[in-house]
Amino acid sequence: MSRRGIPEVNAGSMADIAFLLLIFFLVTTTMDVDTGIIRKLPPPPQGPKQENVKVNERNVFVVLINPDNLLAIRGNPADVSELRYRVVEFFTNPSNNENLSVQVNIQDRLNDELNSEEPDQDLINVYKNIISEIGGGVNLTKGVVSLQNDRGTKYGKYIEVQNEIVGAINDLRNELSMQTWGKDFIHLNDDQQKMIKTIYPFAISEAEPRSLAKD
Amino acid sequence: MAIFAKKMKGGSPAISTASLPDIIFMLLFFFMVSTTMKEVEYKVNIKIPEATEAKKIENKALVSYIYVGSPVTSMQDKYGTKPVIQLNDQIAKLSDIQRWVEEERGKRDESDVPKMTFSLKVDEEADMGIVVDIKQELRLVQALKINYSSRKVTQK
Repeated sequence: MSRRGIPEVNAGSMADIAFLLLIFFLVTTTMDVDTGIIRKLPPPPQGPKQENVKVNERNVFVVLINPDNLLAIRGNPADVSELRYRVVEFFTNPSNNENLSVQVNIQDRLNDELNSEEPDQDLINVYKNIISEIGGGVNLTKGVVSLQNDRGTKYGKYIEVQNEIVGAINDLRNELSMQTWGKDFIHLNDDQQKMIKTIYPFAISEAEPRSLAKD
Repeated sequence: MAIFAKKMKGGSPAISTASLPDIIFMLLFFFMVSTTMKEVEYKVNIKIPEATEAKKIENKALVSYIYVGSPVTSMQDKYGTKPVIQLNDQIAKLSDIQRWVEEERGKRDESDVPKMTFSLKVDEEADMGIVVDIKQELRLVQALKINYSSRKVTQK
């Protein structure tokens, strides 16, 4: 069986070679994964100056950060810690407060969409799904959070505020999906996520800086 | 081996190192799989802010990075200490961003271009002015999907 001829290769240095490769990878690579807050920017302003769209003031939740990194919510000084529940309160408006966002019932929204001149079939399907799976008592909000900052505001503070607003919307989404399906939002399937996203969209508007608004 | 064994008579027997390569290879594969190549050499100092709502970015191949921070010590003679923009391996001007975005798009498949994310790695001490300017430049070239890079923390 064993014929002389092919001598066995000495594998003693294999460990050294592997060590070398290992050290190379240790040095040239990093372990960090990029995490962050993903946002969509509004498209650039098109054509000549657009007319200011008239919005109902109760539907806009203005958060302003000044150059001294102090916060104002709807014109009144406030602390970052209260931002989260203020945003939740603003979007859901549980006590039908006249100063918080307007709530529209899902059935009314569906009827509006069906009667509109160009009905959006996708949206209609989502609305119908919401009514059949979550219930007809769901309200959609017309509220928008408007985040305004100065050029001198620290980036760290801006992210802290941004984080609280995103956190408030994520809390709302998780709460609704827990109630309906007993799961966290991220574990839902695509259709279910779409329904929740329709009810609680990321309605955050990052204001145009003043230099652009002028011309 | 017979000679070797005779010499060590009375002492403890030598441990076989035959499985050492296998162990090292296992380590090697672990590091190859779990780590990623360093993207660039930093020319600016960046301390990423913390956020509880930070999410992992899904497709790393479709992410391009814009770094903003004050220049590292060796670069301060040339660029001062105010926060500057770094694109790829170089410190760049604001007006370079539009061209750079087109270059980054050119590197990807045409079908992937709409899915591209521009991740802003900005020092938390930087002013919003420079970030606002970058955002305006990105909007003008329809690069609308952005990420404010921040470290995930569970509780502040």
